[in-house]
Amino acid sequence: MAAILIAGFLFTQGADNEFYFFASYVVLQGLVMAVAWNILGGFAGYVNFGSAGFFGAGVYTSIVLNKAFALPLPLLIVASGCVCGLLGLATGVLTLRLKGIYFAIATLAIAIMLETVASNWEYVGGAAGTFVLQPTEFFVFDSYIELLFMVMLSLSILAMIVARYLSSSKIGHGLSAIRDDELAAECMGVPTLRLKLVSAVTMGALMGMAGAPYPFFVTFIDPISAFSLLIAVNAIAMPMIGGTAAWYGPVIGALLLGLVQEISTVTISSELNLLIVGVMLVGFITLAPQGIVGLARKLWLKKRSP
Amino acid sequence: MPLLEVRDLTKSFGGFVALNGIELHLDPGERLGLIGPNGSGKTTLINCISGALFNDKGTVVFEGRDITKLPAYKRARLGIARSFQIPRPFKSMTVLENLCIPLEYAAWKRVDHRRIDDEAMEILDLIGLSDKAQDNSSALTQIELRKLDLARALAAKPALLVSDEAMAGLSGTEVDEILDILMMLNGRGLAVIMIEHIMRAVVRFSERIIVLDAGKKIAEGVPDDVMRDPKVERAYLGE
Repeated sequence: MAAILIAGFLFTQGADNEFYFFASYVVLQGLVMAVAWNILGGFAGYVNFGSAGFFGAGVYTSIVLNKAFALPLPLLIVASGCVCGLLGLATGVLTLRLKGIYFAIATLAIAIMLETVASNWEYVGGAAGTFVLQPTEFFVFDSYIELLFMVMLSLSILAMIVARYLSSSKIGHGLSAIRDDELAAECMGVPTLRLKLVSAVTMGALMGMAGAPYPFFVTFIDPISAFSLLIAVNAIAMPMIGGTAAWYGPVIGALLLGLVQEISTVTISSELNLLIVGVMLVGFITLAPQGIVGLARKLWLKKRSP
Repeated sequence: MPLLEVRDLTKSFGGFVALNGIELHLDPGERLGLIGPNGSGKTTLINCISGALFNDKGTVVFEGRDITKLPAYKRARLGIARSFQIPRPFKSMTVLENLCIPLEYAAWKRVDHRRIDDEAMEILDLIGLSDKAQDNSSALTQIELRKLDLARALAAKPALLVSDEAMAGLSGTEVDEILDILMMLNGRGLAVIMIEHIMRAVVRFSERIIVLDAGKKIAEGVPDDVMRDPKVERAYLGE
């Protein structure tokens, strides 16, 4: 993990085409969202359609605190993490007693509610949106986008460490039991509601942190882009394509889908994004419902026992 | 002190009274059979005992402690384990991993944390499922699934095992196999409540039998007496 960070740093010192940092930032943002989504959606089996709500709440927390107190970026990230962690807790308390499709609909409703709040809040520009100025200090970097890239790379690593820790811990085992059979899990001593809340808080906090630097990345932000459908769709599609069973499934899915999206944006058209997600999602669900990780495991098992 | 005491337990679903004023007590290490026609409330009763459902009226006392308001996971930690009418394995896990869940949760305070896998293997040995330890639980046969359900309940290190029709759908020799396992577990000090439709198995297994009919207890006693009770005959065969 440290090696990735160092490699990323060397990349900022070496490469001089800023586009690479723009593109990588978007891919890594997707990666954080996907890994976070999987903590509840993959580990516990509770599909969250409201990822954009958590992301947008992180974006707006960052905007508000920047405007009111001009806090530095690391503090904005921590603050967004806390706010969205609490949001995850509140959402969880309200909705995690619901199962399956009902939970999915409830999360979608919460995202729409939050977007409505942001659209009607004058202080942050309401529906018209607001401009955010990039700081003029870059520290050791050549430009602000390089700094943002390193921030998002660090967040990705944080998300992967958290997801990996959770999946190999007692909490992760309990979440798998919940996904497989919630009643049986409860009868085996697993505190199902508490574990679901833990994973909702973790998911919310990571998504909020992913949203916090976004205003500085785009410099103009309105509710429609902060609560964008593409963000929510990607957060589901990436784990599905990579495989939800393991913590690294979403990482694979995010890198694959993210890169394809960025390349196609440049070479073909920027409007093609959603179509690509859709086609890949349909393809994977029909041909490899367990994602790339599941497919690889199946092939490996077949090879081992002819 | 009795291990389990159920007093005046009542449970309704809407207007339907599933259980009506049930009284039940169980001593440590006792084997109790619970029988009754379909829909008489047997599974509802053990759902209320294990905490999968909350009763509307009455109390459930386990080892002298009132557990009426405790959620299922806390009851599991106190030592109430159950198997299910239809086996409910954790399908994405291997047989061994299935056992690790209760060991890591229900029995966590009672096991050596470094020996989780060894404990799970010992239980599989005991049940006779150790050769399947690394198999995925979704690939098991019916009797293996039944054994896994029992093994997993056992991994919770319970004082009371509630076995809900662990023999349904099994052949004659398989029924004997499960019966032997339950007897062996009981021999190790575990109290067992057995719900079963296979009369031969219940009569052979139980020291005492309780008969439910339409949510009420209609008979209780040693197996031979209960089987001769005209009320029981009427409940099963009608007038």
